[in-house]
Amino acid sequence: MKTCLVVDDSSVIRKVARRILEGLDFQIVEAENGEEAIESCKRQLPDAILLDWNMPKMDGYDFLRVLRRLPGGDGPKVVFCTTENDVAHIARALHAGANEYIMKPFDKDIVEAKFQEVGLI
Amino acid sequence: MTPLDYDYLRRCLKERSGLVLSADKQYLVESRLLPVARKSGFSSLGDLVHALRSGHDDVLMTAVVEAMTTNESFFFRDKIPFDHFRTIMIPALLASRRTSRTIRIWCAAASTGQEPYSLAMSLKAMERDLVGWRVEILATDLSSEVLEKARQGLYSQFEVQRGLPIQLLLQHFTQIGELWQIAPELRAMVKFRQFNLLGDFSQFGLFDVVFCRNVLIYFDQQTKIDVLSRLSRVMMNDGYLVLGAAETVVGLVDSFKVVPDNRGLYTPNVRRPPAAATAAKPGPRLVAVNGAR
Repeated sequence: MKTCLVVDDSSVIRKVARRILEGLDFQIVEAENGEEAIESCKRQLPDAILLDWNMPKMDGYDFLRVLRRLPGGDGPKVVFCTTENDVAHIARALHAGANEYIMKPFDKDIVEAKFQEVGLI
Repeated sequence: MTPLDYDYLRRCLKERSGLVLSADKQYLVESRLLPVARKSGFSSLGDLVHALRSGHDDVLMTAVVEAMTTNESFFFRDKIPFDHFRTIMIPALLASRRTSRTIRIWCAAASTGQEPYSLAMSLKAMERDLVGWRVEILATDLSSEVLEKARQGLYSQFEVQRGLPIQLLLQHFTQIGELWQIAPELRAMVKFRQFNLLGDFSQFGLFDVVFCRNVLIYFDQQTKIDVLSRLSRVMMNDGYLVLGAAETVVGLVDSFKVVPDNRGLYTPNVRRPPAAATAAKPGPRLVAVNGAR
C-alpha cells in the first residue's frame, strides 16, 4: 500500500483528504504544517504528499524546497492543494519541484485525476 | 405527465436524435424538461407536450432534444485514446500521408469542446513533426448550446482540473477571473458545427481519424449499426475510429475491425483504393495547425 502525507493546517481538509485518499488505497500520515511534515519525511519518505500552501511555522512552498534537498527527497510525488489559484503561484510551485497542482475546492474526481496524472494510481 | 405524454416524448427523441429512453426513465425526462417548460412559459410538462404535439414549434422541439442530451466531458477523458492518438494514429498517418500532408479528424460528439481541444493540445505538442502539414479538426454536436460554450473555450476551475495536466493548463490557458480560457491559437485549430448523427455524413468528406465516443451508448442497436456503417463510408481505408470505453463494433458491423491490443481503437474493414477515395471527396477545407495551410 502506498503512503500519502497530507499536510494542511485545517483538520477539516485533512479529514476530507484522508477519506478520499483512503478510498484510493493510500495509507495516510498527517502533518499540520511544513515543520511537522519535514520531521515526518525525515523519519520516512512517503510516496505522495498532498500539500497546502499557507500554513503556520513553515508554508508549503518552503517545505517543498527543503524536502527536495533531503536525501531521497526528490522521490515523493508532490501535489499542491491550495486556495492560491493564480498562474503565478502555480508556476512558482512547479518551479520548486511540485508534480501537480489542485486548486481548492476539490473533490474525489479531481484528486484521483491528479494522482493518476503523476503515476500514483 | 401522463404515460401517453411520456411515450410521445420517447418517440420524438428517438426520431430526432436517436436517443433511446427506457420505460423507467420518466423521472429523468421530468427533471430535465421542467426547466425547459418553465423557461418557455408552460405551467406543466403536460402543457409542453401539448405544444409539441401541435407540431408548429421547432424551436421548442430543439430545446427539448438538447435538454435530454448528456454533455459530460473532460479533458483527455480516459487518457488511453489520447495516448493512442499520439503514439499510434499520428505516427502512422505521418508516414502514410507524406504526399498529401493532410490529416482530417472528426470529433463526432464534441460536447463542450474538451475532446477536440485535447486533440489540439496533443497536436501542438507534436508541431515540429507537423510543419508544413494541414491538420483539420471538425467538432460536431447535436446541441448548439454546448457548442457555443465550446467555441468560447471558457472552463471553470473544476473543469480544467479533470484530466488536464497542470503544465498544459499553464501552457495553453489564460485565467479570466474564476474561469480559464483556452488559447486563441488552439481555438482556431477546431471548427465547430452543429450536426445530428442521424444526418448525412457525406457533406464532410473523408476522415483519417474519427472520435465518436460515449454517444452510441444512448442509441438502440439498429441506430448504432446505422451510424457505424455510415461512419465507415466517410473514413479512409487506413483511418482510425475511436469509440468510448463502453462501446464496440463487435457484434454490430463488420465494416470495422479491432486494432489488436488497443482497446477502443478500430480501423475500417472495407477495402477501397485510398487515392480514388480521396479524389472522390476531399472534403471542405477547415482549419490548419501550425499555420501551415
